[in-house]
Amino acid sequence: MTVSPLFAWTDRLAALPVNASERPFLSQLTVRASDPAAIAAMGAVLGVGFPAVPCTFTAGSGEFGDVEVLWLGPDEFLVVAAPDLQIPIEEALRGALGSARGSVVDTSAQRTTVVLEGPHVRDVLAHGCSVDLHPSAAPAGTCVQTLLARTGVILLVTGADSVTLLVRSSVAEYLAAWLSDACVEYQT
Amino acid sequence: MNFRKPTGGAIDRNTVLRFTFNGQLLTGHPGDTLASALLANGVHEVGSSVKLGRPRGIVAAGSEDPTSLVQIETPYSEPMLLATTVELFDGLEARGLAGQGRLSPEPDPARYDAKHEHCDVLVVGAGPAGLVAALTAARSGARVVLVDEQNQAGGALLGVDEYLDDRPSAEWVADIVAELKTTPGVLVLERTTAFGMYQDGFVLALQKRTDHLGFAAPASVARQRVWRIRTKQTVLATGAHERPVVFANNDRPGIMLASSARTFLHRYGVLPGSRAVVFTTNDSAYCAAIDLAESGVDIPLIVDARPEAPARLATECAARGIEVRAGHVVTGTEGSSRVTDVHVAPLGDGHPDTVVCDTLLVSGGWNPVVSLFSQARGKLRYDSSLGAFVPGEELASVRVAGSATGELDLNACARQGRDAGAAAVVAAGFTPGGQVPLPVSDSRCTQRTGLVLWRVPGDEDASFVDLQRDATVTDVLRATGAGLRSLEHIKRYTTIGTAHDQGKTSGMIAAGIVAEALGVELADQRPTTFRPPYTSVSFAALAGRDRGELHDPVRVTAIHRWHVAHGALFENVAQWKRPWYYPRDGEDLHAAVLRECRATRESVGMMDGSTLGKIDVQGRDAGKFLDMLYTNMMSTLKVGRIRYGVMCGVDGMVIDDGTVIRVGEERFLVTTTTGNAAKILDWMEEWLQTEWPHLDVHCTSVTEHWATIPLVGPKSRDVLAAVAPSLDVSNEAFEFMTWHDTRVAGVPARVCRISFSGELAYEINVTAWHGLAVWEALMEAGSPYGITPYGTETMHVLRAEKGYPIIGQETDATVTPQDLGMSWAVSKKKPDFIGKRSFSRAENLRTDRKQLVGLLPVDPNVLLPEGSQIVETDRLPEPPVRMLGHVTSSYPSAALGRTFALALVRSGHERVGETLYVPVEDALVPVTVTESVLYDKEGARRDG
Repeated sequence: MTVSPLFAWTDRLAALPVNASERPFLSQLTVRASDPAAIAAMGAVLGVGFPAVPCTFTAGSGEFGDVEVLWLGPDEFLVVAAPDLQIPIEEALRGALGSARGSVVDTSAQRTTVVLEGPHVRDVLAHGCSVDLHPSAAPAGTCVQTLLARTGVILLVTGADSVTLLVRSSVAEYLAAWLSDACVEYQT
Repeated sequence: MNFRKPTGGAIDRNTVLRFTFNGQLLTGHPGDTLASALLANGVHEVGSSVKLGRPRGIVAAGSEDPTSLVQIETPYSEPMLLATTVELFDGLEARGLAGQGRLSPEPDPARYDAKHEHCDVLVVGAGPAGLVAALTAARSGARVVLVDEQNQAGGALLGVDEYLDDRPSAEWVADIVAELKTTPGVLVLERTTAFGMYQDGFVLALQKRTDHLGFAAPASVARQRVWRIRTKQTVLATGAHERPVVFANNDRPGIMLASSARTFLHRYGVLPGSRAVVFTTNDSAYCAAIDLAESGVDIPLIVDARPEAPARLATECAARGIEVRAGHVVTGTEGSSRVTDVHVAPLGDGHPDTVVCDTLLVSGGWNPVVSLFSQARGKLRYDSSLGAFVPGEELASVRVAGSATGELDLNACARQGRDAGAAAVVAAGFTPGGQVPLPVSDSRCTQRTGLVLWRVPGDEDASFVDLQRDATVTDVLRATGAGLRSLEHIKRYTTIGTAHDQGKTSGMIAAGIVAEALGVELADQRPTTFRPPYTSVSFAALAGRDRGELHDPVRVTAIHRWHVAHGALFENVAQWKRPWYYPRDGEDLHAAVLRECRATRESVGMMDGSTLGKIDVQGRDAGKFLDMLYTNMMSTLKVGRIRYGVMCGVDGMVIDDGTVIRVGEERFLVTTTTGNAAKILDWMEEWLQTEWPHLDVHCTSVTEHWATIPLVGPKSRDVLAAVAPSLDVSNEAFEFMTWHDTRVAGVPARVCRISFSGELAYEINVTAWHGLAVWEALMEAGSPYGITPYGTETMHVLRAEKGYPIIGQETDATVTPQDLGMSWAVSKKKPDFIGKRSFSRAENLRTDRKQLVGLLPVDPNVLLPEGSQIVETDRLPEPPVRMLGHVTSSYPSAALGRTFALALVRSGHERVGETLYVPVEDALVPVTVTESVLYDKEGARRDG
């Protein structure tokens, strides 16, 4: 009954030398807040502190299972968790935010998530991403909002050879087409 | 005639490559350029000049060549390539050009791409200075990129037979390249020209990756790649170009630069001719003369413009039977398709002597290649001993090393490379590693500076400064005679330096001749600005993969697949693909739209409205914020209710419209037009961040979180009731402009009673994941009523019948809400909102502003073209004709049984009832002005 933006691309993505796969239907909440106490309180209910360093993300586990908190701007974060948790997480975050200035919005279907893995990931992304993804410049834990080819993405460096992309649902198929094309020279 | 030596050069004589030039079948070898292969076959005449049609040959051995333009025919048709930079491949077909090529009308099937690269130190040029710089940087552990335009490293060493440290220079080069390529973090890019240098260490380079493979190039490998390099520090080791001296008839095939002839000899094993005269102002050409003489070329004479010839070199020449005439110059040449004679005379005056030859080698000194340094905003300084502009300052992150500085001694160049490489890594935060030893050369020609001589007096009409532009000394003198003094102006007046070679060999000479003509010092002249690209770059390479389906991202909704499967045609709205209409068998646009309109007005239709912009607005001051953004009052809206709103810019002109839903006391959801979603969010953020940071409001885009389906028509209530059993859909329980959260087709949904057609209508919002399933459930539930999916065209007709404007169609940034007849949407109570002040401007109070009205053609079958002008009289007066306005929307209407239009017309609201005229082709079509609302003026259909 639910359809993810890249459901028709599953096989094609898996065949790429970057072993691409969609992680659909994740719970995602956009949080705007700058009050340190509120941010700490929201981190506490999730069991993972919000990232204090720009262009990073944090990961941890708590009442809502594995949760990642992405730094998107000086007062903007994206909370990502397993599917079907957006409503309880929104309530929990709203409670933690309390009367502090800020907002919590369910944006779960706004973006879908694509995981890339393997030794070619950085090379393939370098065809469309101007951010330096060398391990010395972008170690695991890096989170940037940038352009990949002609569309905006949130890019998470999750490991030595693994990157997660969050892309707007409407352009997910463009991104998949671009990735497939960029991989042409890396096919074995 | 075969001019290939039996041995020598970096070519593979065991493999024969066949190619055709101007239809003639010729052969060459791997390692050749097209130019070297032509010369090996005795072909000097490549093409003819652009204006005068004079035969032109090969002047230089590299990318500085001004004349050897060819068109490659296979495997990709490409115009305006230099024979000196085309690597030979089997099956190559080329033609010489008469100055201009021709773009192929066929699509280029090759792959082109781009790649970003980041480094601590970028070294441009893999000659001695660049190699030592790169290795010095690499040994520090820095990330290093070395780019070089040749197919192998070595730079100037490729064109000489020098020994470094008592072994062939190629071995020294190979050792350094091998160490570089095995050092982690080092990227060596051959066949790669850094063509643009921008601020903050951004450098563009073009790599020719498979051009040299010809037909064997794999289709899956990008033929050319644009490298987008971001570097902390740059070392420019870009070398120097030999420049000629200008004299009468200096453009004949067979006249080439002395060092280039030497390069053809040593790199390709090719002799430039049988009998060569050498004309020089400095020592370096002696080495070319001696090397060629030792290879069997008859060198009857070296003409040296200096008063005295260099003693040691003159002795070496004498030993080889080469006459040296100091204090002499070449005053002219003879020949047509090839030089046959050279006129030699004492500098100053005296009788010319004629020497028979088939080749004339010229050296007028060396120009450091300062293009990238200049692009990086480095200031240039005139060096009077070199007769050239050299880097005139140090830049924080750009260093210059080697002959690009004007230094021409090899050991000194390598030392500069080492110093620059070390300084660069230190500046980038590294500690230099093991010191790279400097090579010692056995070269005879260590001192290369000489006499600065721009031209030899003679027939100025035939003394060519820029051979590609056919620009002569006469042209330069005409420019100075006309009063031009700036080199920039003279460049544009004469076109010198504007051809494919960007004046690599001509620019400095032109500057010298100008200075002489004006009697000024070159040191006081500003050189012309160097601009990217350093060498030509094809548009295909710049486009890269951004073509075809990847040219511009296509945005699709969650329901897109259904629309495709059901035959929808699509309209591009911003980057979105929106269903335009769904034709059934044989239907054209009008037939399909009339059917879709009729079905919707008479029963029920639905469309995919997911592309509407949606912004969540939260915070204690959300209502106050929206009051400022919209012309009407939003803070008074009750939770559970919806209000239409208009947004204006500070000039009071409409920029967007949409609905505002009050979700909670401190939370609203606002919609924007499809094309303006990002712009309006930016607009909100701009006001919040710059003017009203005190407001407790945050805005979040939720456009793609929701799939939105308008369900429209008198039967929409029945369909909704069928899929939302828990929702009381009665008019009393679910009023117009209210919303309810419920379940539709089993999934959580927010249903709004909004109408953009005047009909009873609902807007069903579910998460995008559920969009397709809910759409299909509605189709099924609606089938008893003949539910009809409709597209944007039907939406446009339905709203136009009701006089609802579309932002960007009825408006064009000069239209106020009052012009649209929406004074009702402009609050009189609010103390302030964006645009309010402008409404009292005199201009905005004029009664003859263009206002939105309806137009009914007197003949109900006439469809006015959108954009048509509107005039007052049934006959066109003499121009200028007063235009009253224009048609903004025009459709046939099923509901009205006729055509109609919306238009912006001067004093339109006062003209209701008047007859105006619309010029359509040769006729003036009479139309009646009406109010903009043409259908169901009473609003009787709203509640079903």
